[in-house]
Amino acid sequence: MDAIILQILNGLDKGSAYALIALGLTLIFGTLGVVNFAHGALFMIGAFCAVTLSRILTLSHTVIDETQKDFLGNPLKVEVPYIYDIFGQTTGDVIIDWAVPLSILFAIPVMVGIGFAMERGLIKHFYKRPHADQILVTFGLAIVLQEIIKYFYGANPIPTPAPDAFRGSFDFGAMLGFDPNTIIYPYWRLVYFAFAAVIIGAVFAFLQFTTFGMVVRAGMADRETVGLLGINIDKRFTIMFGIAAAVAGLAGVMYTPINSPNYHMGMDFLVLSFVVVVVGGMGSLSGAVLAGFLLGILESFASMAIVLETLPGINQIIIYLVAIIILLTRPRGLMGRKGVMEE
Amino acid sequence: MGLTKKDFTLLIIVAILCVFAPFILNPFPEGSAMAQFNAGYPDLMQRLVIFGIFAIGFNILFGLTGYLSFGHAAFLGVGSYAAIWMMKLLTMNVIPAIIISVLVAGLFSLLVGWISLRRSGIYFSILTLAFAQMSYSLAYSVLTPITGGETGLQPKVNDPRILDGVLAAGETPRANLFGLQMNQSYEMAVGNWVFTFNAGYYLAAIVMLIAFYISIRIFRSPFGMMLRAVKSNQQRLNYTGLNAKPYTLAAFVISGMYAGLAGGLLVAMDTQVGAERMFWTASGEVVLMTILGGAGTLIGPVLGAGFIKYMENIVSKINKSILEQWFAFMPDGIEDLLITLVYPFIGKGWHLTLGILFMLVVIFLPGGLVEGGQRIGRLFKRKKPADDKPDGKTTPAE
Amino acid sequence: MGILEVKNVGKRFGGLQALGDVNLSIAENSVHAIIGPNGAGKSTLLNCLVGKLIPDTGSVMFDGQSVLGRKPYEINQMGISRVFQTPEIFADLSVMENMMIPCFAKRDGAFQLNALSSIPSQRDMIERAEHMLEDMNMADKRAMHAGSLSRGDKRRLEIGMCLSQEPRLLLLDEPTAGMARADTNNTIDLLKQISEDRDITIAIIEHDMHVVFSLAERITVLAQGTPLVEDTPDNIKGNPKVREAYLGETQDAA
Repeated sequence: MDAIILQILNGLDKGSAYALIALGLTLIFGTLGVVNFAHGALFMIGAFCAVTLSRILTLSHTVIDETQKDFLGNPLKVEVPYIYDIFGQTTGDVIIDWAVPLSILFAIPVMVGIGFAMERGLIKHFYKRPHADQILVTFGLAIVLQEIIKYFYGANPIPTPAPDAFRGSFDFGAMLGFDPNTIIYPYWRLVYFAFAAVIIGAVFAFLQFTTFGMVVRAGMADRETVGLLGINIDKRFTIMFGIAAAVAGLAGVMYTPINSPNYHMGMDFLVLSFVVVVVGGMGSLSGAVLAGFLLGILESFASMAIVLETLPGINQIIIYLVAIIILLTRPRGLMGRKGVMEE
Repeated sequence: MGLTKKDFTLLIIVAILCVFAPFILNPFPEGSAMAQFNAGYPDLMQRLVIFGIFAIGFNILFGLTGYLSFGHAAFLGVGSYAAIWMMKLLTMNVIPAIIISVLVAGLFSLLVGWISLRRSGIYFSILTLAFAQMSYSLAYSVLTPITGGETGLQPKVNDPRILDGVLAAGETPRANLFGLQMNQSYEMAVGNWVFTFNAGYYLAAIVMLIAFYISIRIFRSPFGMMLRAVKSNQQRLNYTGLNAKPYTLAAFVISGMYAGLAGGLLVAMDTQVGAERMFWTASGEVVLMTILGGAGTLIGPVLGAGFIKYMENIVSKINKSILEQWFAFMPDGIEDLLITLVYPFIGKGWHLTLGILFMLVVIFLPGGLVEGGQRIGRLFKRKKPADDKPDGKTTPAE
Repeated sequence: MGILEVKNVGKRFGGLQALGDVNLSIAENSVHAIIGPNGAGKSTLLNCLVGKLIPDTGSVMFDGQSVLGRKPYEINQMGISRVFQTPEIFADLSVMENMMIPCFAKRDGAFQLNALSSIPSQRDMIERAEHMLEDMNMADKRAMHAGSLSRGDKRRLEIGMCLSQEPRLLLLDEPTAGMARADTNNTIDLLKQISEDRDITIAIIEHDMHVVFSLAERITVLAQGTPLVEDTPDNIKGNPKVREAYLGETQDAA
């Protein structure tokens, strides 16, 4: 029992990331009808927003500290972050410590801006082109984006820690009445899951309860009719692209403490996220979220020692295997609509 | 040979280029500043033609039918593993290895294609991707006894090799063609120039020419016409009494066999294989090659493969100090500016250039570099585009 | 016994009974039109004949063989060719290639792995395609890209492609929809000529009364998924039930 709970928990954080990326992919696909292979790159850029902000926050200047001497007796040169000058040392340290969560505020405008630029500058011209062309051009864009990041940040992963307060682990088992230390779960992963839930909830609420969302949903169901009603759907689609980019970016920001970001993390996630989208059903938002969590948890169960004993290597391929089976038995995925991408 | 004059000329040109590649790719004298742009060394020349084969095969599927596979590296990998096992069990002669790599890859692609082709569009792409990633993961983990896992496979001295004699102590197994070793080279020095003629390269080039010839035949055959019809309008095809499924499956298997052939030849050249050969980025690379060169054209994929492999091996080695040498004749300020501008795009940043070029091709030049070349050619000829095709056939350009 | 016998065919989409209980017999070598107001089930019926849809009930017999459960390409190989409302041709291929593909389909069947034979060596196929292009008055356009043809020419090409398979039954789905008057008249003349020159049965679904009354020998009026009447054009013109169900709203067209 405790093992099962542990695996479910372990599956949640990866599942959250899958669900968030798949949600954005589906928003873009459902509204704009575009297959975006650069979506993983948006996730990666989000992660590097966190890296960038923590670098900005720790930008320092050198001060000569007369109170301290080095071994030669000269006054010691100390690096002092500019942030100390503004907020003082105590507040400054807190801000630096909370760099990752703070990056959310930084990442939203950046990601929305990148999303707008991408849609207006490139994607817009591919609405009427075949899906294969869309895949190819966004695949090219993904390469370009990750190479740019590589140029500025290098090829190595950059550790970006969570705030001190969340660095420990949480004894989930003890709370549920199991033996202590049987179910231990890092705080940050809980935070990630909660964060993902909030974002997903917000996106759904936005689509459900605002006029804007209503139009977009109508556009997803029948784009032409909505266009005929004289509603400028294009402008709304641009905004949706921005939102989808922000969702992917935020997923990336918050993922940095779990996995140190590197320039190709986007591609790694993209492949799986596409599988998630297809399993959930192309164009179905709830399908994407559901499949994201399901596959995340499934993957974590498949990595249990007891499973690996009977089916060695299953953890490596379970997601793909499920995807193949689902695609062949339920061609529209778990919750896909008829006619989406059929021909 | 059953080719039109135009196609025959193209084949002859490619053959001549292949034969004289050691000269053409080594235009700069040894020791000169430009020598690092010489690509005429065996390892790279082999790769140029082998990846040419890979791309030619991919083009038969994507260029003709429009089915975009993101998993073709799996067939290349499977072919490689099959070939290395022949070298371990049977003989270091490359012929059985190459034959078996084609067969095994063909069988594997029959299985994958049979399942993946039940769906089309993006679903097909995802299915092929899923199969390839599964193959890669399995090769890395569970199948380690067959694939060597992370370390990969090489022929060992004490492998059975039932057709070969026992190796003398200290002798290493070398890939050969009836005794002619693949890594055997003849170096010809002319003045300051050194040209290398490598046995492995010429074997690979001959195989590539055969593969290229077959691909021309396929393009010009009724079968090839049907494949283009699949891409153009499946609805009409069905209502014309034609079953699209076996046509696409046949194209898929043929392209899988080309991939397997490339995999077998890679092993024949360097006698080693690792699972990373099957990673999905390797599948992405052949997509890049084919489209950059010109999907649906005959020579495009070969050009694309050559272009990318050249960049990967030559352009990637340009570093800052080389740039400084190049721009040394300029005033300091301009020199620095130029270096800053150019540097991100070359050397380690060559992928960036590749990505940008690729995007430009997808956006503006659906026919790839071949179409670009034709457009430039037309500009010089100052002919009206409509007059360009004398017999007006809309068969794909060379 | 007609060449096509439709018996008690019904098709339901969810709550909508698209076809009620359709009985239809099309006589060999006749021109038979199926007309009816929008939503009468004309297209559904057609799709049931060519294998795109499988009816819930009833039978469809072509020349004594059931077509139900067969794939579109199998039904085509039985001898039924279909012309679509918007011309379906291979737009990326040349006109000549468009014409050759059905010739190969007729000779070689649904699949043939002739990957190494070259097209120029297939003299008989080339002659056949050229012959058909001449019949369609398109020989001068053989080298053109099919996608760049005019709408009327696309229609001619599509009809020619169907004919080059020597089908026994040619189904046309509103072949003149969206055409200019001149193109429509050309198409009517073409179809008339085809029906006179060849041993072929033509079934046509049409909105344009001018087309129907210029061509058809028999007319079936479909309304709300069931055949209302079947008669000669003259009798249909005078039938009050038809006027009520159909012509009443489109008198101008008649």
